Amino acid sequence: MIRLEGVSRTFEIGGRPLHALVDVTEHIRAGEHVAIMGPSGSGKSTLLNVIGCLDRPSAGRYLLDGREVSALDDEALTLVRRHTIGFVFQSFHLVPRLTAVENVELPMVFAGVERAERRGRAEAALADVGLADRATHRPSQLSGGERQRVALARAMVMAPRVLLADEPTGNLDSVSGAHILDLLDGLHAKGLTLVVVTHDPGVARRADRRLTMVDGRIVRRE
Amino acid sequence: MTASDLLGLALRALRGHRLRSGLSLLGVAIGVAAVIVLTALGEGALRYVTAEFRDIGAEVLIVTPGKTETTGMVPGVGGAPNDLTLGDAEAVLRRVPGVERVAPIVMGTETVAAGERRRQVAIVGSTHEFFALRGLELSRGELLPPGDMRRGAAVAVLGSTAARELFPGRDPVGRIVRVAGLRARVIGVLAPRGTHMGLDLNEVAVVPVATAMRLFNRRSLFRLMVQMRSYQQLDAGKRAVIALLAERHGEEDVTVLTQDAIIASLSSIVRVLTLALAAIAAVSLAVAGTGIMNVMLVSVAERTPEVGLLRALGVRRRQVLAVFLAEAALLSTTGGLAGLLLGWLGTRLLVALYPALPAAPPLWAVAASLLLASGVGLLFGLLPARRAARRDPVEALAPRA
Repeated sequence: MIRLEGVSRTFEIGGRPLHALVDVTEHIRAGEHVAIMGPSGSGKSTLLNVIGCLDRPSAGRYLLDGREVSALDDEALTLVRRHTIGFVFQSFHLVPRLTAVENVELPMVFAGVERAERRGRAEAALADVGLADRATHRPSQLSGGERQRVALARAMVMAPRVLLADEPTGNLDSVSGAHILDLLDGLHAKGLTLVVVTHDPGVARRADRRLTMVDGRIVRRE
Repeated sequence: MTASDLLGLALRALRGHRLRSGLSLLGVAIGVAAVIVLTALGEGALRYVTAEFRDIGAEVLIVTPGKTETTGMVPGVGGAPNDLTLGDAEAVLRRVPGVERVAPIVMGTETVAAGERRRQVAIVGSTHEFFALRGLELSRGELLPPGDMRRGAAVAVLGSTAARELFPGRDPVGRIVRVAGLRARVIGVLAPRGTHMGLDLNEVAVVPVATAMRLFNRRSLFRLMVQMRSYQQLDAGKRAVIALLAERHGEEDVTVLTQDAIIASLSSIVRVLTLALAAIAAVSLAVAGTGIMNVMLVSVAERTPEVGLLRALGVRRRQVLAVFLAEAALLSTTGGLAGLLLGWLGTRLLVALYPALPAAPPLWAVAASLLLASGVGLLFGLLPARRAARRDPVEALAPRA
């Protein structure tokens, strides 16, 4: 599903090159659950951004589902994200002005899904995360765990094949965090490819495989 | 994504910052209202001027001495023209076909006294025909007598205000007034009448033209008014008058104006002024545009993480652009509509305060200001919207220090 071949990513910071990813080669199979671990600045997030088609490698090849996406332009990458990839962030990134159901509808609005179909699909996605009764609440009226569940519903509403989560439980208490992880496990069980960036060994333990990164390289695979 | 989706998102975003949105909306509203009120003022002035000169009558020729076309100067100043005389007036009446009536006019200002009461009034020297030609009516007494225009009887017809001031509470008819050194008997009083062509007809004393020429020691007429029997005869009449007077004077030295020509030239002056006013008002719209840009820049900066999120969700750059442009356009269009209302109220107020001025915004100004307002929103919203659309999604999503 996800095939990285000698991928590097270099940033210019203050005129000096920063090697965020150095010659990363990795294969994540469809339906796999992989955790990426490592200290701050080890390149975990950059790797996740490259996998999520938010960022492009400076060198190397990236094949997503057999298609070389490292060569695509911004517009094409946008469409890959729209149809293939879901994102969950540590800080939820809900739009505060919109209700829960409207937040979930957002990707469908821009993908051109009919209004009538949108509401039904958004409500179903909310029901999947156990928030059917919170549909008309605004983010400020929801708890942290509920907000992340809305964000998860939003990530899943376009039925992506890959879900990328960057510290999904980082801002949550242990009970809410466990609830989110259970939901992720359920999605994985249905065949979703799952890549989770985390500091938390407890979160990583749920994955099929664990990759540990240091200084832009994968130094350990378990 | 449909237009109504876009509008819905824009509306929510703007409602999130009511004060900020309201203020930039107000800026546009004031700009549009200014365009509307100022052009309404100009249009009112145009209608006022047109109405003033409409009263002369469409079939009337005004003959003034001096030829503006060749000298390019005010009639009577340059080129030392021949006098326009009573003989000329008689000749026009006798020899130009289709002439209904002719009124020679001499004008000046003099002190008119009745007993101890004195008053500066405009003295109009003319004939019996003058009243019919200008559509003047009497409230009492009689008109200047008809007949030979060279006979200068010592009689006067007073305007209504002049009569009231000189003879308070008394009937002026049959009494004597002194005009400079001349003693004249009041034979009539005009019915009240509005201002015309800068002359307040309530503040005049009309005397026979020969009397006025003696009084002011003039041989030349101020102008000659010639009424044709019909509008169709106007052009032929104009040519005939010019030809006749050229023959009598030995050169073409008079200017003949028609109501149409006067209205046309005054209208063009007023139109230019109106356009200038509208342009000044339009500047305020441009200022309002910078207000919108400012609001949108702040909004884009605040919502950087939201832009990153949209991009991560698979929202295209141009869709992000559309989201922010829609907000700017909604702001300016709503402001434009509010300005329309404001301008309408302002125009109503203007009409209430100055009923003589028929102020009404011309349709082109309403359409142009609304269009301009929307355009300003799009134009000034473009820079902030492009800034949003071009944000790198990774940077936009990154938690900021």
